[in-house]
Amino acid sequence: MMNAVEVKKKKKLVGVIVLLILTILLMFFVSLSTGVIQIAPADVIKTLFHQGTARQELVLFDFRLPGILLALLIGAGLAISGVILQGITQNELADPGILGINTGAGLAVVLFIYFFKGQLDVTSSFSIFIMPVAALMGAIVAALIIYALAWKRGVNPIRLVLVGIGVNAGFAAFLTIFQLKMDPQDFRQATVWLTGDIWNTSWSFVFALLPWILLLIPIALHKAHSLNVLNLGDDVASGLGTNVESERRQLLLIAVALAGASVAAGGGIAFLGLVVPHIARKIMGPLHQYIIPVSALIGALLLMVSDTIGKNLLAPTEIPVGIIVSLLSAPYFVYLLIRTK
Amino acid sequence: MREFIHQSNISKLIINIITILLLIVSIGLSVSYGSTNIALGTVWEAVFHFNPELTTHQVIQELRLPRAFSAALVGAFLAVSGAIMQGMTRNPLASPSIMGVTDGAAFALVLMLAFFPTISTMGLISSSFIGAGLAVGLVFMVGSFSPSGLTPVKLALAGVAIGTMLRSISSILSLHFNLEKQMGFWIAGGLDGTSWSSVTILLISGAIGLFIAISISKSITVLSLGEDMATGLGQNNLMIKLFGILSILILTGAAVSVAGAVGFVGLIVPHITRFIIGTDYRWIIPSSILFGALLLVLADVVSRLVNAPFETPVGAITSLIGVPFFLYLARGSGGGK
Repeated sequence: MMNAVEVKKKKKLVGVIVLLILTILLMFFVSLSTGVIQIAPADVIKTLFHQGTARQELVLFDFRLPGILLALLIGAGLAISGVILQGITQNELADPGILGINTGAGLAVVLFIYFFKGQLDVTSSFSIFIMPVAALMGAIVAALIIYALAWKRGVNPIRLVLVGIGVNAGFAAFLTIFQLKMDPQDFRQATVWLTGDIWNTSWSFVFALLPWILLLIPIALHKAHSLNVLNLGDDVASGLGTNVESERRQLLLIAVALAGASVAAGGGIAFLGLVVPHIARKIMGPLHQYIIPVSALIGALLLMVSDTIGKNLLAPTEIPVGIIVSLLSAPYFVYLLIRTK
Repeated sequence: MREFIHQSNISKLIINIITILLLIVSIGLSVSYGSTNIALGTVWEAVFHFNPELTTHQVIQELRLPRAFSAALVGAFLAVSGAIMQGMTRNPLASPSIMGVTDGAAFALVLMLAFFPTISTMGLISSSFIGAGLAVGLVFMVGSFSPSGLTPVKLALAGVAIGTMLRSISSILSLHFNLEKQMGFWIAGGLDGTSWSSVTILLISGAIGLFIAISISKSITVLSLGEDMATGLGQNNLMIKLFGILSILILTGAAVSVAGAVGFVGLIVPHITRFIIGTDYRWIIPSSILFGALLLVLADVVSRLVNAPFETPVGAITSLIGVPFFLYLARGSGGGK
């Protein structure tokens, strides 16, 4: 039975989603037409329907389109990962980047490149599909380490964040050591990739990430109710008949998988998963069935816009998108920090 | 009672003398280990009977000795900065790298190199001080706006946020102005590339910074007992804090401009020192100088051995030592609240 408030909420959700999709479409065309080689919006549409010049087709289909689609997927993935992490830790400062999950995934990928460099071609499509798996392993191991180290008769949210910062620094140190053992070209590639790089991308990255996102977002939506219940606090949640620890572990796995797959495709992009859920909550209120879809869209939009800014701000120098995201979101993080008790 | 204090002062003195001896030995190790190992006897010869025609003597005089001395001084400066920060804020997590100070200094350095490439060394050092000051200012501002004040957790998180922000701007500048190599060096931290002029810079800044640190050490002990108590004892806390911050900026700024962001030294050493020496900052500060110097000289030796013949940034080594320590603190007092 739907009451009036719920109907109103649903209407608002539809309105917000339509608005966000329209904005994403608009920015999508802006993003496609800007860059070192400018293509007029009319030409973009023509080219998309295979009416453009060969050069325009090359730029659009081989370079810009996969990059933009990847940005959209990664943005959505990291944002939902952030929503879940904040929900299960009841901590509004949680983020896969700050907790060290991204760095763990990054370390796994660098180790993978380092140890299998001789055996297989790193740029081959096979290893592009294996990389998310390696990143996922790294992300899971990182999450386990952080969880275990933060455990002291239960997991206190603040201790979790502090431990995350420490583990993050440790992974970063190992990363530096292993990166330096690589030959210079791999080193440069790894460095750029780790700061969050989605411009040197190809369709294989898009196809490698797509199944993860398509699979995990519906599961996350399905779990929205558990997140709502967990948000009421552990005592209330178990009183309502929820198996708190089991639900929390399943949700953590989803969040970690989303972060791991996104990192494998796009490198370490911090703060996105932190800020987006806050914006979504501001618009939609506390219920996760509304927050999750709105966060996915806002995350996608934010990352695409950041990517476009990164490409054009100092053109022809391209700035890794992770840097732009940090620059845009860190002030908001500071604001949250001042506000929280 | 008097006898007891007297005795423990003697044991503190003995600990410090042992540390000095260990420091001398590790500087000897640092000079003799490297891409070519040089016997300690040759090191002695090179120092006291320098023969400019011998390559080994030149390597020792021009590369190894300044490097070992720089390591010792940088370690000492970071440790003292951390000790003063922890004493003043009574926050176990306070330290230059956690508070984004090193990122601030690196930010100012990149900014100067980008817009004033012909800047003098002295100009670079001063801008590094200002950058360090900027970061400290921003982190404390976050604290003072916050209703619950700067708790250990907030300090760490504010440091992460401010540090990330400054580092992002530095990265953008360095990409645009092709300063990636210098930037990478400051972020990772390293002592290769130090020369006698680095030692001179460190000695001059150190003389001022350490003088201030030692002369306010008694007041920091009082401050570390709590601000109300310090005010009750008639101490001018604001003055002490200002001088404390001044010496932190001078010491950290000089250390970063020479060696880049070497993390965690300023976090670990004061804790170890307090554990061994006690709570009196008149002892903590001189002992931190020695322990910090010893730690970084040894870490620098390890950084050359880990992946020989290539060098690993010394910052990665100190992080690996420091992270377990940080985690221990995070599980203890820091994460309690």
